[in-house]
Amino acid sequence: MLTIDDVYKIAELAKIEITKEEAEKFQKELMSIVDYFNVLDEVEEDVEPTFHVLPLKNVFRDDVPKESLSREEVLANAKHKENGYFKGPKIVE
Amino acid sequence: MTGKVKGITVEEWKNRLECEKCYDLISELFDRIKKSRLNAYITLCEDEALKQAEKYDSGKVEGRLSGIPVAVKDCISTKGVRTTCGSKMLENYVPPFDAHVVERLKQEGAIIIGKTNMDEFAMGTTTETSYFGVVRNPYDEERVAGGSSGGSGACLGGGEAVLALGSDTGGSIRCPASFCGVAGLKPTYGLVSRYGLIPYANSLEQIGPMACCVRDVAVLLEVIAGKDERDSTNAGRGFKFENRYENHSFRIGIVKEMGGNEDVTGRFEEVAELIREMGYEVGEVSMPSFKYALAAYYIIATGEASSNLARYDGVRYGFALEELDSWTRYFSKVRALGFGDEVKRRIMLGTYALSAGYYGKYYLKALKVRTLVKRDFERAFSNFDLLISPTMPALPFKVGELTDPLTMYKMDVNTVPVNMAGIPAMSLPVGLVRGLPVGLQIMGNHFGEEKIISFALKVEERVKEAF
Repeated sequence: MLTIDDVYKIAELAKIEITKEEAEKFQKELMSIVDYFNVLDEVEEDVEPTFHVLPLKNVFRDDVPKESLSREEVLANAKHKENGYFKGPKIVE
Repeated sequence: MTGKVKGITVEEWKNRLECEKCYDLISELFDRIKKSRLNAYITLCEDEALKQAEKYDSGKVEGRLSGIPVAVKDCISTKGVRTTCGSKMLENYVPPFDAHVVERLKQEGAIIIGKTNMDEFAMGTTTETSYFGVVRNPYDEERVAGGSSGGSGACLGGGEAVLALGSDTGGSIRCPASFCGVAGLKPTYGLVSRYGLIPYANSLEQIGPMACCVRDVAVLLEVIAGKDERDSTNAGRGFKFENRYENHSFRIGIVKEMGGNEDVTGRFEEVAELIREMGYEVGEVSMPSFKYALAAYYIIATGEASSNLARYDGVRYGFALEELDSWTRYFSKVRALGFGDEVKRRIMLGTYALSAGYYGKYYLKALKVRTLVKRDFERAFSNFDLLISPTMPALPFKVGELTDPLTMYKMDVNTVPVNMAGIPAMSLPVGLVRGLPVGLQIMGNHFGEEKIISFALKVEERVKEAF
């Protein structure tokens, strides 16, 4: 069961503002999908989880400095910037 | 093939290059694209492409793909060319670097003609979630081209490119290949570097080649596969097609749990019969875990998406508001306005499945199912060289036909187990049914691309005679 309040809570965790209409629509859609997910309750076999399909471990490269992007390139796609820095929203109100 | 629809192979293109100027051919291609109703491209690289063509004509370009027009899916970063991922969030984003695969295309002299349309952040099966409008099917413009690499499929089927790159998280190369009557391969996880691929679900996705014939798929795979230390999941090996299995007696397994409606299963059975007639052993194999694979896939994919897409904060790049506000309000508003509904749905699903109290029930359980899926494939490959199924359970849908998200998800039922296990799989065109293309999915074991391609070449030849 997924209530409207659950949907608001999830949206808050996901940092997506939603309207009342959206919350109602998402509740219906998410409910039917989550119901479908519950088919996994039938799986009884307990095996090791697979996080990753390749048997790769600790892929390292040498710690050698390389050329990186220029400050200009890094800032090129930002709308809010000042004195060569990104400008972000206030964290503390 | 109908008279109207005509894909172009590398061989055909090269034959024309023998007697015509590359510049003229590329100009002609852009004329066709601009008159087209398919909406396969989001951004065209006309000036740069024509410049490249001129260079080719003056004999200054070398490489395996010199003079060949290639389309690149718009989730693959191209330096100086906007890369939108089909989203309003990245509508004006211009990457400051090339993806590994784009570097490889340039090194081999390819002419990049444009960035192809796709479902927003590769989340969809029909390219209807693109912020830039739906892609239409070259065989019937009232129908979808499939997704999420719909633009890459349609541009090939419609003769608007010769080669194309797609990406495949749960079928996004194979579905549009199937719907547009072209060939597409999802490589083994790790064979192609993901450096520069804008991520949706890292543990599942791969960039892969799409083309109008199997041989061209092999050539493009040879170009893009290989070691790249910038992707820590890269397997560090290349690919060279040697047709080592040309005279191999393939043992082919039909996967019982992968099917479809009568349109596709009818053709699939005809193709299976054809394969038997070719002298290959065809058997059946059951994969009990597949009953759970789709649910597990969507839990893993949305979980990874919810984490990946947290980067879109409207600060460093992407859609931003005029005025900065408090962090929470700004962040939440940017994402409310910048993402479409399907992306929001998947981020929220993933957030839910990973949230406290549900991690064990959903995410961990899904990863266990992933182990079971892998084991089912391992068991199957101990008896068979390759496995086959219909790529999609239905013919291309009408635009707007699938409205319910869950119904849409279920269309990925034959393709997602492949990504769960990280194995390679190709969709091969096997003619038309009611005027629409059908695809045969050919699955191989890890790094079994050589076998898949050798077999696909054989089937391709027979299918052309048969249908």
